[in-house]
Amino acid sequence: MNVSVWKTKVDEVLKRSGKSKETLLPCLEVIQEACGYIPQEAITYLRENLDVPSIDIYGVITFYGMLTTKEQGKYVIRICDSLPCYLNKSDGVLGVIEKELGIEAGETSADRQFTLEVVPCLGLCDKAPAMMINDKIYGNLTEQSVKKIIAELNC
Amino acid sequence: MVTLTINGKQVTVLEGTSIMNAAKQVHINIPHLCYLEGLEPEYHCRVCGVEIEGEPRLAPSCVRQVSEGMKVQTNSARVRRARRMIVELLLADHYTDCPTCERNQTCELLKLAFELGVKEIRFEGEKPHYELDETSPAIIRDPNKCVLCGRCVRVCHDVQTVSVIGFVNRGLETMVSTFMENGLGNVECTNCGQCIHVCPVGAIKEKSAVDEVWAALADLEKHVVVQEAPVMRASLGEELGLPAGTLVAGKMHAALRRLGFDTVFETNFSADLTIMEEASELVKRVKEGGVLPQITSCCPGWITFMEHFYPDLIPNVSTCKSPQQMFGALSKTYYAEKAGIDPARIVSVSIMPCTAKKFETQRPEMADSGFQDVDYVLTTRELARMIKEAGIDFASLPDEPAEELMGLYSGAATIFGITGGVMEAALRTAYKLVTGKELEKIDIEPVRGLDGIKTATLNVDGLEVEVAVAHGLGNARKVLDEVRAGKSPYHFIEIMACPGGCAGGGGQPIGFDMALRGIRGQTLYAEDRQLPYRRSHDNPSIKKVYEDYLKEPLGEKSHHLLHTKYTKREVV
Repeated sequence: MNVSVWKTKVDEVLKRSGKSKETLLPCLEVIQEACGYIPQEAITYLRENLDVPSIDIYGVITFYGMLTTKEQGKYVIRICDSLPCYLNKSDGVLGVIEKELGIEAGETSADRQFTLEVVPCLGLCDKAPAMMINDKIYGNLTEQSVKKIIAELNC
Repeated sequence: MVTLTINGKQVTVLEGTSIMNAAKQVHINIPHLCYLEGLEPEYHCRVCGVEIEGEPRLAPSCVRQVSEGMKVQTNSARVRRARRMIVELLLADHYTDCPTCERNQTCELLKLAFELGVKEIRFEGEKPHYELDETSPAIIRDPNKCVLCGRCVRVCHDVQTVSVIGFVNRGLETMVSTFMENGLGNVECTNCGQCIHVCPVGAIKEKSAVDEVWAALADLEKHVVVQEAPVMRASLGEELGLPAGTLVAGKMHAALRRLGFDTVFETNFSADLTIMEEASELVKRVKEGGVLPQITSCCPGWITFMEHFYPDLIPNVSTCKSPQQMFGALSKTYYAEKAGIDPARIVSVSIMPCTAKKFETQRPEMADSGFQDVDYVLTTRELARMIKEAGIDFASLPDEPAEELMGLYSGAATIFGITGGVMEAALRTAYKLVTGKELEKIDIEPVRGLDGIKTATLNVDGLEVEVAVAHGLGNARKVLDEVRAGKSPYHFIEIMACPGGCAGGGGQPIGFDMALRGIRGQTLYAEDRQLPYRRSHDNPSIKKVYEDYLKEPLGEKSHHLLHTKYTKREVV
């Protein structure tokens, strides 16, 4: 991981928004975007610059489904299991993805192609069940449609 | 001032008062769980909900402020029903191993359920299955029992400013954990144990050494020596059902002999020894232009805190070991020699009000006797449990003295157990060392009491000696930041990690009540007044240990056995 990538972006945020606790989330967002996850050095950098204890930074990271401290695969699949998606059988869809990729929710495939995560509401209730793969939205999923989506990514 | 009505009774209170505190003035205790006096309220639990006329929802009385003409009901059918429901839901997914739980006798959730009349739990929630956090040598956390009240998080962040535990994850997976879930032993935890005191249930407890000590006592090959910290005489009785602040030094010695300890000594003896060394060190620093202010080193919670957060101040910290560790080193050298016992056979046990002492004794450098200097540390609570288990009728025991060689002590040693005590004890002896005369006004009032930071000036032969005392690590930080900035006017600073000093140590009877900690302190001051010796340098056993063994304070042998060094530790 190229450290300078996230550091430059964080410094930009700090310059723009100031070194305060309130700046934590925007900083985490740019790091996640630059690295695909939040590396430990970045947490140390934020602790020192924002004067926020590491545990509180970790608390924020683990609270938000879009942030993670684990290195991610090339494609991050986030499938929603909040109520509207769940009622529209998101668990069945999840089962198919797990079977297709050979990994369980929370895991990354050995070839680092896929990371699968179950996340709370994505705000896509009108298209339930829904998921995101990286920045792209997929809605009204069925067991057949996800098979096709995964197959397309695999080639 | 604001006037409101609570349960039909008019009450006038200061603006900004919470409904809960206003209710206390008309003698109404509103049931609560996550609220605790001494911590900022955060209304996680909603148990303290009350009905306010004209409002559709129940209001959390711990944070809701009073307003003029407000009409509050704390005991309506609706309030009672809501409270019961909340407690029922808390119990629905609570890991209820109550009969074997550490907090069986002191559980606030159990008490609440009983007092609120919860007679059945209509719901069954999913019980959590988290791993225990056993990474620390001092404290075990059991997230399965956690009710997410957040008190431990608040005490760690707001009072101690150590900030190693916090809420992680969300929804049903929310739990209190450490950074990267690495465990208390792998973060900057100072082992102060204040989180244990504020936990309403059994989610945090000390790592017990009771079984190991029973085994040592039963082993005929072993010679088990015991020391008891200064404040034990003021708090052990309380844990065994006597009124708070009962002085039980004599009964404690008697109980320890009946448990089977071979030799009963006193940490108070080594507290006097600490004063001899530490006061000599202070005088040396002042006379020879050494690094000032000198900061006390008795408290292992503070020492770990310093090593993580203020390692640049290592030169300021006294090199004296704590009384526990001085005792440990002497128990396997001086005592072994005097008694003609092979030190390999000696098991050195200490009874401490403290959880951090369990960490301190395992520090690799604490082995100057050639063995681990102190083998096992028991907290006040653990010793009380052993006494109960052995069926000893504590209250009826006769008063027995500790053995003289390392058991005689002065009043200066006794007051180590309360904030300001080490400072007062050190000044009594430092004055003598500098002037050759005894300090006449021996009670140094400005360093007594429960103010977070106390300061005093003492005229020592024309030199105005400036001192400060801080207890609770949040208060310590304020004093230390001054030192770091080079703006500290002090010569000597006492720091204790726990609010109240050892009287409020993490191993003491459960509770976060400062007044109670103060009562324990008063008991110590009372014993100090009635003892034949009130200055460490007057203690005959101290004179003897220097004559027979150590030779002189800061001498070669003292340096080897009684002094130590500190390590810079990382912040993760």
